Amino acid sequence: MTSLTTAKPATRAGTLWKSMVKHRYIYFMLIPVVAYYLIFHYATMYYSVIAFMDYKPMKGIEGSKFVGFKHFTDFLTGVYAWRVIRNTLLLNLYQILFSFTGSIIFALMINQMMENKYKNLIQTVTYMPHFISVVVVCGLLTEFCESTSIFGDILALFGVERSNLLASPNNFRTIFVASDMWQHMGWGTIIYLATLSGVDPSLHEAATIDGAGRIQRIIHVNIPAILPVIVIQLIMRVGNMMVMGYEKIILLYSPAIYETSDVISSYVYRRGLMERDYSYGAAVGLFNSIINLTILIGANAFSRRVTETSLW
Amino acid sequence: MIEQRDFGRRCLTWLNYFLITCFALICAYPMIHVLAASFSDPIQLIRHRGLLFWPDGYSIKGYATVFNNPNIGIGYLNTLFYVFVGTALNIVLTSLGAYALARTGWPFRKLFVFLFVFTMYFSVGIIPVFMQVKALGLLDSRWAILLPTAVNTWNLIVMRTAFAGVPQELQESAYLDGASDFRILCQIYIPVCKATMAVILLFYAVEHWNAWFTSMIYLQDTSKYPLQMFVRDILLYDAAGGTTEDANAIYLKELTKYAVIIVAVVPILCVYPFVQKFFVKGIMLGSVKG
Repeated sequence: MTSLTTAKPATRAGTLWKSMVKHRYIYFMLIPVVAYYLIFHYATMYYSVIAFMDYKPMKGIEGSKFVGFKHFTDFLTGVYAWRVIRNTLLLNLYQILFSFTGSIIFALMINQMMENKYKNLIQTVTYMPHFISVVVVCGLLTEFCESTSIFGDILALFGVERSNLLASPNNFRTIFVASDMWQHMGWGTIIYLATLSGVDPSLHEAATIDGAGRIQRIIHVNIPAILPVIVIQLIMRVGNMMVMGYEKIILLYSPAIYETSDVISSYVYRRGLMERDYSYGAAVGLFNSIINLTILIGANAFSRRVTETSLW
Repeated sequence: MIEQRDFGRRCLTWLNYFLITCFALICAYPMIHVLAASFSDPIQLIRHRGLLFWPDGYSIKGYATVFNNPNIGIGYLNTLFYVFVGTALNIVLTSLGAYALARTGWPFRKLFVFLFVFTMYFSVGIIPVFMQVKALGLLDSRWAILLPTAVNTWNLIVMRTAFAGVPQELQESAYLDGASDFRILCQIYIPVCKATMAVILLFYAVEHWNAWFTSMIYLQDTSKYPLQMFVRDILLYDAAGGTTEDANAIYLKELTKYAVIIVAVVPILCVYPFVQKFFVKGIMLGSVKG
């Protein structure tokens, strides 16, 4: 094998070169795209080295002192590590339990509807919240959570005393996950509905002839049909277990409720960007990304073995 | 026996419709509430308890305050700039990348696929990106809002999958006629994949319309702020209409919040139903092969 490759390097390189010349326009077209990825993704990875330094903006990366894993140990032994990791994992877990499964159930329900204008209307209305900006959603939530506002009115019907719901750490997770369901559950159905619309009708007919009722057909025809999609979605979701967007969190939280609302990304934002502790922020961010990638690879490998469905 | 089964089935159908309708009402209610509240009388609105489906009293003072606020105009113009220029940049880069990946048989294709897809699974976090933007001298520039998000890998892959579905014969014959890759992209791929293009166009445009975080960290000059930043100040930091302690001003502040939400949300909600019919097709393509 080795002798073969060394024997005809010129011809092999020659065909490769010819093929590249033949497809040169494809490379030209890729230049701006590759430039984007190199500049804004791969070159930025270089700046992660500050996680191992005591980076001072005035001194630059070359002039700053190398401190090894100091920031990582500082974070992991610090009082906030457990709090932010726990909150990140819990919020993600609740989102998977409620929003993710909610979308699947809701898709199965919508799929049972007759194809008509009403179904269309339902889809339009339930997808709509997905397009509303985080800023507006958080503005609405703070407005509605005030003691004299609508959530207070509804809770008062059940004899719950009025209070500003967002001021108490006990409510944050519920508010966060419920609003997430409101915003994305309808939207999340699309991918399942698309798959369900591709189910061969003869499967349903055969099942009906065999005496299967509606529920049985859902269990034995519809759910197996969407299962591969569910698995892929779940791997991606689990692969983001340690990722929780900061945008919504930093608009909703306040020091009084950090206990349940502060997550890794919001902590990075606060320490790294607001307090300008760049090295520390970069260290926590890097730690987060590596754990996350590990979980994703693990989830993918697990799924490949168990369900034979995987991302790669 | 059969009747009983029929009855059960009908109950199930009704229950299904009932639950779905309830969820749809919950989805729609907040916007109805906000719309009704924004046209209400400020004092009656403060005293109002419970659900709101129709304006309580009538006034357009909220809208008057919003439109008299010079920041709203500035924000609108900036947002329009970001939406148009940003989306144009997104679409050009994404379709170039998607075209290359959809074509097969060229050397190092796999390498480029990996280069792009890897970024979906591993991101370095906000600090290194912030430092890169700073190092490029983009701080406080409009490009800091547009360039770091120039390509969304997920959208790139959805578009690639759509392009890969274009019949081979079409491009073969175009090649024989002497068309360049660029012409094939513009005159065959994009027109054939209209549905996916429409959906991705909407996704990018909505992303730009709703973006605020990048402006907060990269921009100091408020005259470059997009609408969402001013909306945020009004909604969450009580920046509406001065600091008077006058009760009427406080009432008006509440009204202004509702009016500004409508102003910020209506353009998106007007556009989106037109693209909605393409959603299933556009997203389905991305799911077939990740």
